[in-house]
Amino acid sequence: MAWTREQMAQRAAQELEDGFYVNLGIGIPTLVSNYIPEGMEIQLQSENGMLGMGPFPYEGEEDADLINAGKQTVTELPTTSYFSNADSFAMIRGGHINLSILGAMQVAENADLANWMIPGKMVKGMGGAMDLVAGVKKVIVVMEHTAKGTPKLLKTCNLPLTGQGVVDMVITDMAVFAFDKEGEEVTMKLIELADGVTLEDVEATTEAEFIVAL
Amino acid sequence: MSDRKIYADAKTALEGILKDDMTLMSGGFGLCGIPETLIEAVKDSGVKGLTVISNNAGVDGIGLGVLLESKQISTMVSSYVGENKMFAEQYLNGDLEVVFTPQGTLSEQIRAGGAGIPAFFTKTGVGTLVAEGKEVRNFDGEDYVMEMGLTADVALVHAYMADKEGNLVFRKTARNFNPMMATAGKITVVEVEHLVEPGEIDPDHIVVPGVYVQRIVHVPNPVKHIEKRTTRPRN
Repeated sequence: MAWTREQMAQRAAQELEDGFYVNLGIGIPTLVSNYIPEGMEIQLQSENGMLGMGPFPYEGEEDADLINAGKQTVTELPTTSYFSNADSFAMIRGGHINLSILGAMQVAENADLANWMIPGKMVKGMGGAMDLVAGVKKVIVVMEHTAKGTPKLLKTCNLPLTGQGVVDMVITDMAVFAFDKEGEEVTMKLIELADGVTLEDVEATTEAEFIVAL
Repeated sequence: MSDRKIYADAKTALEGILKDDMTLMSGGFGLCGIPETLIEAVKDSGVKGLTVISNNAGVDGIGLGVLLESKQISTMVSSYVGENKMFAEQYLNGDLEVVFTPQGTLSEQIRAGGAGIPAFFTKTGVGTLVAEGKEVRNFDGEDYVMEMGLTADVALVHAYMADKEGNLVFRKTARNFNPMMATAGKITVVEVEHLVEPGEIDPDHIVVPGVYVQRIVHVPNPVKHIEKRTTRPRN
């Protein structure tokens, strides 16, 4: 037993706070918008150039001029604003966005993140990920615990980095980890186990060294 | 107001300004807000060896995808090209050089280029491949990497509306890279969906002032493409 994609998104949604401006990445992070607690005011930022992103449109109401950063058709809200991509990243880099939730290929015990490139193989590019992890106040990674059994939580990332020491929390299908950056060295802490998952399960599938802080 | 900035069609609007090995900027995000008619005219011109600065590379057969297909592009400066199979193919077999640039760095490079700022420091990409070979400087205890401003020989821009002076208005997320690129082209050519007389746009609503715009072509009712059509059911 472990968490489903929906349960991972639901767990990530617990990190939202009233009044937050939030950027959600593609994949599981997008699902987080389905679990915003009722009554909580959250503005979603889409880095192509939109703040206050609404849900997908009803069929027949799609507008080619209104897409999110994943190129999906979306809608606007009464709070929506549009701006250029340079303004969008001024917002991100300038620390005005509270939370970024994104996927990853690898996270290391020193909070390094790799999610944009597999040399010689995948050549999609980093998009806005490097700016988001460098500039947003809190960065949460939501990902599968392993890639078909191969650990993704490592001592050191062996794929090209997206950012150095940038991750604050990792939510996988098996567990939740938080990074403590207060001391001289970054400490990775296991703070929660998914339903039906044991500490032994996590230890067996995690290469990174972590402190148990359940 | 004279019509001195107005050109009859995309071909005429690009006449005399395209040459081999030049640098082009092309606005848009995915297929949203791309200067598609101007890109088609670049293809028809046969100009080659292009360096193209654009966030994405279109998809196969649409937008910059057509210039990849015709092998007119030798270098792309982009943040994300995952949607284009031909791109991956040409890149992996070495036909195409790619400068992968973080999206926010790219848009700031273009903004800086247009604003006469030769370089700036950003924390984006510190400690990654992106920072290799670049100056890193510490400000208040944090490392920043130096990135150069970008300009282009010609910038291709899509706008929703322009008046004949070249004052531009954009629509929704089709704005994206277009306003900065308009400022960073030595010559900026804009295709617009609606062309109006000066005075018809509220000056408070103008996003790009006409000083940045040299040539305008009116493309009414352009076909707009949706890459990922996502909808929700009606309750």
